[in-house]
Amino acid sequence: MNKGGMGGMAGGILSNPRQQNNPNNIKSGKKLDPKTRRRVLLRLGKYLFRYKWTLLLGFVLMLSSNILGLWGPKLSGQAINAIKFGRGAVDFDTVYAKVALMAVCYLGSALLSFALAVTLVILGKKITYALRRDLFNHLITLPVGYFDTHQTGDIISHISYDVDTVNTSLSHDLLQICASIVTVFGSLYLMATISPLLLIVFAVTVPISLLQTKNRTTKIRPLFRLRSQKFGELNGYAEEMLSGQKTIRAYGRQNVINGRFADRNCDACNAYYNADYHGATIGPSVNFINNLSLSLIIMFGGIFYLYSQSGSIAPASILFIELGDLSSFVQYSRKFSGPINEFANILADLQSALSAAERIFNILDEEPEPKDDDDAEIVTKADGRVDFENVKFGYLPEKTIIQNLSLNVKKGQTIAIVGPTGAGKTTIINLLMRFYDINNGKISLDGTDIRHITRDSLRASFTMVLQDTWLFGGTVAENIAYGREGATMDEIVAAAKAAKIDGFIRSLPEGYNTVMTDNGVSISKGQKQLITIARAMLADSPILILDEATSNVDSMTEQRIQEAMLKLMQGRTCFVIAHRLSTIQNADLILVVQKGNVTESGTHNELMRAGGFYASLYNSQFS
Amino acid sequence: MRRILAYLGKYKGEISVTLSVKALATLIELALPYIMGLIIDCVVGTPDPETVSELKISIVNGIEALLVKTMARFSDSIPGTTVKTVEIVVWALIMIICAGLGVLGNVWANRRTSLVARNVSEDCRNDLFVRTMWLSPAQTDAFTVPSLESRLTTDTYNIHSFINTTQRMGIRAPVLLFGGLAITALQDWRLTLIMVAVLPLIFIAVFFLTAKGLPLYTRVQKAVDGMIRVVREDAEGIRVIKALSKKKYEFRRYDEENVRLAAIERKTNILMSSANPAMTFFMNLGLVAVVMLGAVFVNRGVSTSGNIISFIQYFTMISGAMMAVTRLFVMWSKASASARRITEVLETKAGLPVASEEEFPARKEESGIVFDDVSFSYTGKANVLENISFSVKKGQKLGVIGATGSGKTTLTALMMRFYDVSRGSVRIDGRDVRTIPEEELHSMFGVAMQNDFIAADTIEENIIFGRNLTHEDAVRAAKIAQANEFIETLDEKYQYSLTSKGTNVSGGQRQRILISRAIAGSPQILILDDSSSALDYRTDSLLRRAIAEEMKGVTTVTVAQRVSSVMSSDVIIVLDEGKIIGLGTHEQLMESCPVYREISDSQMGGAFLE
Repeated sequence: MNKGGMGGMAGGILSNPRQQNNPNNIKSGKKLDPKTRRRVLLRLGKYLFRYKWTLLLGFVLMLSSNILGLWGPKLSGQAINAIKFGRGAVDFDTVYAKVALMAVCYLGSALLSFALAVTLVILGKKITYALRRDLFNHLITLPVGYFDTHQTGDIISHISYDVDTVNTSLSHDLLQICASIVTVFGSLYLMATISPLLLIVFAVTVPISLLQTKNRTTKIRPLFRLRSQKFGELNGYAEEMLSGQKTIRAYGRQNVINGRFADRNCDACNAYYNADYHGATIGPSVNFINNLSLSLIIMFGGIFYLYSQSGSIAPASILFIELGDLSSFVQYSRKFSGPINEFANILADLQSALSAAERIFNILDEEPEPKDDDDAEIVTKADGRVDFENVKFGYLPEKTIIQNLSLNVKKGQTIAIVGPTGAGKTTIINLLMRFYDINNGKISLDGTDIRHITRDSLRASFTMVLQDTWLFGGTVAENIAYGREGATMDEIVAAAKAAKIDGFIRSLPEGYNTVMTDNGVSISKGQKQLITIARAMLADSPILILDEATSNVDSMTEQRIQEAMLKLMQGRTCFVIAHRLSTIQNADLILVVQKGNVTESGTHNELMRAGGFYASLYNSQFS
Repeated sequence: MRRILAYLGKYKGEISVTLSVKALATLIELALPYIMGLIIDCVVGTPDPETVSELKISIVNGIEALLVKTMARFSDSIPGTTVKTVEIVVWALIMIICAGLGVLGNVWANRRTSLVARNVSEDCRNDLFVRTMWLSPAQTDAFTVPSLESRLTTDTYNIHSFINTTQRMGIRAPVLLFGGLAITALQDWRLTLIMVAVLPLIFIAVFFLTAKGLPLYTRVQKAVDGMIRVVREDAEGIRVIKALSKKKYEFRRYDEENVRLAAIERKTNILMSSANPAMTFFMNLGLVAVVMLGAVFVNRGVSTSGNIISFIQYFTMISGAMMAVTRLFVMWSKASASARRITEVLETKAGLPVASEEEFPARKEESGIVFDDVSFSYTGKANVLENISFSVKKGQKLGVIGATGSGKTTLTALMMRFYDVSRGSVRIDGRDVRTIPEEELHSMFGVAMQNDFIAADTIEENIIFGRNLTHEDAVRAAKIAQANEFIETLDEKYQYSLTSKGTNVSGGQRQRILISRAIAGSPQILILDDSSSALDYRTDSLLRRAIAEEMKGVTTVTVAQRVSSVMSSDVIIVLDEGKIIGLGTHEQLMESCPVYREISDSQMGGAFLE
């Protein structure tokens, strides 16, 4: 929202970290119930307590800088008192003394407040760093299920936006509140020392301020929230239509879409205008309140001054006032009303900070993957024998995906898993790797229940090549070496050669040191898949999992990948999920999975002879 | 920026009224400290004719005389101080009235400016969107979609708030600044000079910090992106990370980014947080100077203490205005960057104008699609398609097969004239596509593209797609596209709401909705670009059969990677790196085209299941 007018202090011109003004920023705080709020506050307090000394330093700096700043007007008033005697009668000794003190005060206040700002920045960065580190450290220990059920975009917004919000509020708002309190009470006290009766003026202006604040929080803020929401919708629509531009053009639907956009645009602009229309009062009314108090102070103060001058009011009287005092009083009245006008904003910020903090703590409270059993075995070189015994599993307790699966795989066999979408093919892999734990039954590796093997060593016995190739933003070499820490360059190149991708990598601008980023060098899906195969080659585990590894590439590229994959499969136990027959039909064992059960199993020829589901699928392609 | 400001032209009258009111209201506010000084110097104190202007004295005296006259009616002997008291009250009331007029004028003007800003940004955003929708695909590619998106959102928003703020601050700040300086100069030009000396310091401080700070913000943004990238990668690759037990490695990778981000943020924020103390200090420095030199001037008898007090007020106002002016400069630079980005799109000449028949004369040839020695490149360098010649008769089926990047999709794009050929010509029913107006041309086609667009709307609306089609048309199309069956199993049937990109239906269902859309308009030419790849064999063959039966006379172009999807076509083109390496029917190609045979053999049926 607009900061009040321009008459006030030098606040908020460059450093408005939250950009409340941006309607594209949709998140806005919702109120927490008191119980949650207390809990969140307590935990935040714990975080803050780690930095108690820095905080204390900040507090001292804030206090001293504010007190020095508050002293200034008092001094200027005293100087003016010494001036007021007029021509030839100015008391220069006093004036110079006060003015020099003023300069020192203001300089000191500026330096201290800069020191305060630096302290706050350093503190804030410590907090954000720690929060982000803790969040990430925790995220990475969470079970795979967390990532399956939470959108990446949300996770990112927690670790970036929410942390920022919390930090701004912890390091900024808290001290801002303290500073406001100091300023309000400090200037109130100083005004009282000047003329307690003049304080009556605030009996008029403060209620107006409060009314204004109430109006702002109850009426205007929701309008701004609505504005953000409408703009969010408009942005979403624009994004959607831009992505469909070619189609829209192909069907000549521009005019229809333009009309629909115009409607939404009109809506958003109306919401914007509505918020602005009501928000338009904020700046001017802050100025008005300032001017009103100025007028009233001059009126009453002027009268007091008049009678003090004429001698009707004795210097000892409570009403006695001097010219300079009047001037300081006016200055203090501005300092006094400033924080009162800002208070509503700060409270709203704190509220959204608390909501953000709650979201952060919710992540930190997620249960990590349970610890391995104390007596869990560490498997170093598995044979590759895998057995499923009456396995039952569902992601949700009420929805069983795998009913009763039993299966024995010998070392070096290739198992193809076939079945319609949702039949549980990928689930089998999730269970093998212990991304999820089974509800019933037993899965064993070389005869040992996998629940009695450490997760790290169990997973190290497998190598996966998945449909969605995963490469990270490091160099090509780093991506291949990801499969085995400490792999030498020669080993990396050997793996790439085995995956038939060496030639391509060498053709990249930086060869093996080319950084894989989203933009920049263009690497096709097929080439990416070959890089992950190279990674798998390097990992050299006894069991291989291929999950639709070639479904995203065209058939010509597929052939190259197929070749590399056959090499990879040699001598390993392989689980293959595929929908292309060429991959499936050479398997030692084909499992047809339907609705969580193995309904058919056998070799290609056996299944064809049996004439079941598999055979009918196979035949349908020739119809 | 000029182009954007032109939008304001429509509201010229309104704006000038608003600005005048704003200026007036601001001037009234400026009178307040003047009156304050006047009360102190002339009402409470006794004006010294040498230091106080004649104007002031005569105004005060005039009012005083009037008051004395009025009060004389009620009482004969009124003490001087009582008159003075009433005088003070009257002047204070005038101040309050001024303050009231100020707030009324400002609020009224602010609301008017909001309305103008609202209208201008609505117009501008609408125009921009319309222009964007009419960009040719080549132009869209050049801008890129994310960039167009940010122009439509962030940039138009910047313009909106710029127009709003400039109207408000653009008049208020100069009036406060120059009006304030003028009034103070009239009162005491010496003290005014002090302010004039301090103001540039404020300006320079803000400007220097902004100039230094803005590039740093860009770097912060980059560092944030770096940190986010790792989080995104890890969230998406969590299986691989867990499978390879790479927690420690990932933590190191993340920590590097986190440390870098904290460092650059610290640097930026420390720099920027020196702005407020610096500005406040300069402002206070000015106050100190005013008081000190004021003392000297008062002593010499060239100034008054009332002046000093009202100067302190003015100084606060003026330095506030100075900061606002500085802020306007910053806003201006930000807004003009946005304006440039918007104008760039608005001024893009419409691509692909309709050419005359004289330039590309129509040929008398059998109706259908003809590619006549067509070459095409996106960038003007490497050809994506080279010497493509073939013809499909009306009602025939064309199949296009080839590896990724072989130019299959480009071929269909040229038919619909999303791009112009670099050489040769594409003709439909004998007419060069460049001579057919876009609407007429596109009305011939029904197209389902690869990863085509699904809007966040109902299934029915996604099929009808804003055309004048009925529910029955949609159902008929869905039946042919083999979509009706699954739609009927949904609770809301055709009113089922799809999410953006259609993520709440399966890939195969999505494709069938897209095919329904293509069929629904009863097109002359149906293009299915890799749009049945997620269908299982059985559905795919049912679809092909339904199209053949229900859409007789429609020319069908099927782009696929599966041999089975194209094998029944009348003409099949095998593309390899932009060239035709095989042309004929399935049987002919099995004989003559080794690549085709290889694909066919390797696939042995290809995709097995959805």
